[in-house]
Amino acid sequence: MRFTSHLKELAKNRALVWALTTRELKGRYRGSLFGFLWTFLNPLMLLGVYALVFSVYFRIRMDHYAVFMFTGLLPWVFFSQSLNEGAGAITEGGSLVTKVLFPLQILPAVKVLSNFVNYLLSLPILFAFFLVDGVGFHVTMLGFLIVAGVHLVFTYALTLILAAANVFLRDTRHIVGNLLTLWFFLTPILYPLAQVPDAFRPLVYLNPAAVLTLAYHDVFFWGRWPAWGPLGAVAALSLILLFIAVVIFENHKEYFAEKI
Amino acid sequence: MSEQAAIEVKGLVKRFRREMLKRDYTTWKSLLLRPFQRRGPDDYLTVLDGVDLSMQPGRTLAIIGENGSGKSTLLKILAGIYKPDAGQISVRGRVSSLIELGAGFHPEFSGRENIYLNGTILGLSKKEIANRFDQIVEYAGLGQFIEAPVRTYSSGMYVRLGFSVAVNVDPDVLLVDEVLAVGDEAFAHKCEDKLNEFKRAGKTICLVSHDLGAVKKFADEVVWLDGGVVAARGDPARVIDAYRQVVAKREDEVGRKAASRNELPAADRWGEGEVEITAVRLLGEDGQAHSVFPSGGSMYVEMDYVFNQPVEAPVFGIGVKTSAGVLCYGCNTHVDKIDLGALPEQGTVRFEAQRLDLVPGTYLLDVAVTSPEGLDYDYLVQVASFAVRGGSGGDVGIYRPPHGWSLKPRGEKA
Repeated sequence: MRFTSHLKELAKNRALVWALTTRELKGRYRGSLFGFLWTFLNPLMLLGVYALVFSVYFRIRMDHYAVFMFTGLLPWVFFSQSLNEGAGAITEGGSLVTKVLFPLQILPAVKVLSNFVNYLLSLPILFAFFLVDGVGFHVTMLGFLIVAGVHLVFTYALTLILAAANVFLRDTRHIVGNLLTLWFFLTPILYPLAQVPDAFRPLVYLNPAAVLTLAYHDVFFWGRWPAWGPLGAVAALSLILLFIAVVIFENHKEYFAEKI
Repeated sequence: MSEQAAIEVKGLVKRFRREMLKRDYTTWKSLLLRPFQRRGPDDYLTVLDGVDLSMQPGRTLAIIGENGSGKSTLLKILAGIYKPDAGQISVRGRVSSLIELGAGFHPEFSGRENIYLNGTILGLSKKEIANRFDQIVEYAGLGQFIEAPVRTYSSGMYVRLGFSVAVNVDPDVLLVDEVLAVGDEAFAHKCEDKLNEFKRAGKTICLVSHDLGAVKKFADEVVWLDGGVVAARGDPARVIDAYRQVVAKREDEVGRKAASRNELPAADRWGEGEVEITAVRLLGEDGQAHSVFPSGGSMYVEMDYVFNQPVEAPVFGIGVKTSAGVLCYGCNTHVDKIDLGALPEQGTVRFEAQRLDLVPGTYLLDVAVTSPEGLDYDYLVQVASFAVRGGSGGDVGIYRPPHGWSLKPRGEKA
C-alpha cells in the first residue's frame, strides 16, 4: 500500500534524511561569522523584538508575558518555516529531483525535520528564561513529547501537500507565505486565550494551530496537562491529513522530474 | 538465451505535455479558462515512440543520435527518474547513474563532507563510504583540497570528485550520460580506464555520447535513436557509419536551404563597392549547391558580381580557412595570371577546385574583388562555411594528399 510504503521508504532512508538534515542545519549558517551560533541567536533576537514591542510599547498586562509569548512563538516558527521552506522543497530540489533516483518525500521531510531540530535546540533558551523569570518547571512538561509528536505529523502532512502543489502551481509558495501571516495572528500566540471575546472562543478550537499552541502553553507555562479532547481531535485530523497528503504526493511524484 | 537480460525494454513510449514545454507551470489564465479541458493528441510531444532494447549482463551499449532524439530521456527512464507512458522496463541489479555528477553537493561543505553526503544519496551506507573514502579521495586527486569547501573548487575538481564518488558505488549497471566530455585530457583517460575496469569486471554499461570515437572504442553494441525510434542497432562500426551518413545528408540540406536564400552572411565586409559581390554559391560535382563536400571531390565557388562604377580589370579571389582561422589556401585571378578580358557589367565568376584534398572538418570561405593594385572593392570574410566529410575519419591536420601505404621488407631492392 502506498501509505505504508511511503513511510517505510522514509524509515529505510533515515541515514539519508539525517545526512540532508545536518546539511540543511550546518549549511544554513556556514560561512557566516557566528556560524552555528545563529541557531541560538536567531530565536533570542526574535524574542527581543517581540518582547520590546508587546511588553514595552503595547503593554500587554500579563505576568511573565515574554516567557508566555516565547513558549508559543517557538513552535510557530518551526511550523511556519517548515511550510514556507517545504513548499519549495521539490521545486528547488534541483538535480536531486531531475537527475538522480531519489525518494522524493525525503526533501519535504528534511525541511520539517531540520526546522524541528532547530526548535529543539532553542528549547534550552526557553528554559533559561523560565529560570530567569522564575516561572518554574513542571512535570507536565513531559506532555511536550505528545504535543510535539502531533505537531510534527500535522506539519509534515501540510508540507507534503504544499510541496506537491507547488510543482504544478508555482503560486502556492507565495499564497502560503501570506496565509501564514494571517494564521499567525488568528492563533493565540501573542495574546492569551482570555483576550479573545467569549463569542469567538469556540472558533479558536477549530484552528488546529491554536489547539497546539494552547497545549504548548499548558504543558510549559501553566503547568497543567493539555486539554486531551481538542488535542486528540487534532491528532486524528493530522493522521487523516497525513493519509490524504501521502496519497496526493505519491500519485503525483512521478511527474515531478518532468515538471521542474 | 540462457542468461537473463540486465536491461530489458519493450515498446517504450514517453510523451511530454506540450503546454508544459511552452510554459513551465499552469497559469491562472489557463486554469480559469479551461480547467477541465481534455487534452488531445496534439498537446503531447512524443519523445520516445516504441523503443525496444535488450542488454545481456556484462555488455556495453552506446546510444547515439542527434540532439533531441530522446537519448537522455531514455537514460532517465532506465534510471527510474522518468516514468514511461507505455511499455515495460526491467533493470536487474544495483544501478548507478552518471547522469549528474555531484548531486546534492553543498558549496559551503568540504570535499570530505560532500563525499559522505553524495555517497549517501547514491545509496551507500556510512560504513561503505568510510571503507572507500581513501580510494575516493585518491581517485579524485584532490590532495589537501579535500578539506576546502567545494565552492572553491575548479569545475574540473568538482567533476572529478563527483565522478569519483559515483564510480565507487560499485554498481551492477552503470548509466553514463556524456560525462566523458567534461574535464581535461587526464580526466578523460581516467574515465576511460574506469570504464574499461568496469567492463572487465563484467558490469553492464549503458552510455549516451556524441563522441563517436569513444563509442567505437567502448561499445559492444550501438543503438541509434532518431526522432524517438530506433533507427539502427548492432555492430558499432556499421551503425555509426550509417548515422554519420544521415547526419551529413541533413547538414547538406540545411546548408542548401540557407544558400538558396541568397543572403550574404559575411562576418565582416569592407570596400567601397565599386564592384559588388551579390551572391556566393558552393557547388558540387553535380552542379548543385552543397555545404558538405567529400574529401578529394570537386568544389566550385560561384560569385555573382555587379559593377556599380566602371573599373578596369578587377581581380577576383578566394580564401579557405579552417574553423580555427588558419588559412589553408588563398588565390586570385591576378596571381593565377588569368585575363578575364572585358567584363560584362553583371555576371558570374567561378573558381573551380578539381580536388578538395582537405581533412574532414568545417572550413570557412572568404571571397573578394579588388583592383590589380590590391585596393579592395568588396571583401567578404566568412561568407560561407562548408564541411568536408569522408575517409576513415581518424586523420588529423588540414591537407590530405591522395595516398596509400605499402610495405617493403628489409633487404629487398625497390
